[in-house]
Amino acid sequence: MKPVEDYEPVIQITGLKTQFGKQVVHENLDLEVRRGEVLGVVGGSGTGKSVLLREIVGLQAVNAGTINVLGTDVTHGGAEAQHALRQNWGVMFQEGALFSSLTVAQNIQVPIRELTDFPQWAQDEIARVKLAMVGLPPDAGAKLPSQISGGMKKRAGLARALALDPELLFLDEPTAGLDPISATAFDELIKNLKSSLNLTVFMVTHDLDSLVAICDRIAVLVDKRVIVGTLEELMEVDNPWIQEYFRGSRGRAALGNASSKAGPARKERI
Amino acid sequence: MLKGMSRKPRARKPEIGTFDTKADGDRMAVTLTGRWDVPTVMANEPHLYKLVEDPALENAKHSVVDISGVTRLDTVGAIAVSVLRDQLARHGNAEVTGAQKAQAALLDQIATVDAQPLPQLPKTTTMDRVANLGKWAVGLWLETRELVGFFGELCVVMWGLITHPGRFRLTSTISHMQQVGLNAMPIVGLLAFLIGVVLTFISGDQLQKFGAGIFIVNLIGLGVLRELGILITAIIVAGRSGSAFTAEIGTMKVNQEVDAMRTIGLDPMEVLVIPRVIALILMLVPLGFFSDVVEVLGGALMASLTLNIPFTQFFQQFQAQVHLQHFWVGMIKAPIFAFVIAMVGCFHGMQVSGSAESVGQQTTASVVQAIFLVIVIDAIAAVVFEEIGF
Repeated sequence: MKPVEDYEPVIQITGLKTQFGKQVVHENLDLEVRRGEVLGVVGGSGTGKSVLLREIVGLQAVNAGTINVLGTDVTHGGAEAQHALRQNWGVMFQEGALFSSLTVAQNIQVPIRELTDFPQWAQDEIARVKLAMVGLPPDAGAKLPSQISGGMKKRAGLARALALDPELLFLDEPTAGLDPISATAFDELIKNLKSSLNLTVFMVTHDLDSLVAICDRIAVLVDKRVIVGTLEELMEVDNPWIQEYFRGSRGRAALGNASSKAGPARKERI
Repeated sequence: MLKGMSRKPRARKPEIGTFDTKADGDRMAVTLTGRWDVPTVMANEPHLYKLVEDPALENAKHSVVDISGVTRLDTVGAIAVSVLRDQLARHGNAEVTGAQKAQAALLDQIATVDAQPLPQLPKTTTMDRVANLGKWAVGLWLETRELVGFFGELCVVMWGLITHPGRFRLTSTISHMQQVGLNAMPIVGLLAFLIGVVLTFISGDQLQKFGAGIFIVNLIGLGVLRELGILITAIIVAGRSGSAFTAEIGTMKVNQEVDAMRTIGLDPMEVLVIPRVIALILMLVPLGFFSDVVEVLGGALMASLTLNIPFTQFFQQFQAQVHLQHFWVGMIKAPIFAFVIAMVGCFHGMQVSGSAESVGQQTTASVVQAIFLVIVIDAIAAVVFEEIGF
């Protein structure tokens, strides 16, 4: 394991091409995710944000190009390499994707049970700590997914993704469908977890407020490729979609809040 | 707990953290170094366990867990550290030293987590079982009531369509007719043929023992035309199309498509249910007839092969012995079965609430109930026809 240093790539995508029938979604796409950063991925509908996430975690085959995650080639690597990788990443799906027949605590324990030999008391302890980490009350552990609200499901999904303390966390629209208060709380949660667990986060989102609040860099999917940069850098990019996105009324509102509230905090990040 | 090293594939990094103990009189120092994460804890677990069980530990009144050499501490590692500290503290005082800021925060967080055992799902008691029986019975009663209500609603909407035929959805009905009728022909034909073959094969053997082989024609003719032809078809259709009705309408309910229809002013009964019911009623009759024909042909084929009854003799006997009324006894049941299957299928589709899970539950319930009702109605019909001598 190399010492943690700046700009160490955790995910490296080169020359990626994705095609559905005749429709080309990504072409010659390059992207690098650095250790310790929160990368927000945005783009219009149908630009393949979620597809990109699915390709990185190996749920979808790519048409061309390579994706390298933590030193393992997920596009061409064997099943064994991919299996080892699964301990080092956690994925949170949009609606939590909790297993409906298991309680929340059992859901969190699924990856622990699958990948380790820890005794039950230790698994319970881990589940209890994870529940507390994502801000769920302990009694939520005994509930079935159908008995909890959408926001709690997202938190429980996050707890499951974090069960084995992955280095890399994938979030698919974590704040979509949450009320503004819960969404802000979720942003805070991810920010805190990121610093306490030293996570690298790849986050697909539509939420401008989360982009401003927690993302170190932003990747915009336009014209089948990505343009990456900090918020300030992207504001200067001469692309109609990006300009519309950040300079539109919602964009201005989100940015305005940020500069008055969290201005100094943003500067200390890379 | 003392399982030893894990059999499961280890994380990709070979280096794991280590620990070292040093006892000095009543002082005890445990020094952890390297990565303390899932693989490390998995590898060191038995040794740690041995350490805290060691009787020599009773002398250690002052224990220190030094984690200043730990490069990575994850939740599992932190739990291990905190358990270690608690175990050492049984004999005196114990503390963790050398924690970096983030590590200390993680340890604090674990310390604040409620030490109560994780709540489990309540165990089912005998009383619960009795209560569940009651709930089940009440649920059955309520569902039956709702099904009857649905039947009533269906009749009212159908009457509305008779008085206002313009509202009838012809295109949708024809599309469903193709799905439930035409597309079901291969499977219905194949199964009907096999039933005809098996029936002749087994009963022909018995009849021949009495030298009454030719009566296989009567048996096949009556059995198939009155009962089996339509019953087999109805059961296949219940499994194939009744379940599809439930799943289709159920999915639309989960997607809120049904709600959307209502807000636009479309009646889901009229748009979704009636075309399916009419289509199935119209198609189960020809499907049943088709099944009759194929089953008798299967029987005739088997009779010529195993009982030496040629086709001409088989059909002469058939014409002489099997009257048209037997055919009607079977056919008259087809629209009734079709109505029941379609109604139950659509009813359960409309019963779907919220989750995708409920689509599965309702589909199962729909098939079981449709087949149950078909067989019950068939049995009642058999008795009635027998009594009136038809």
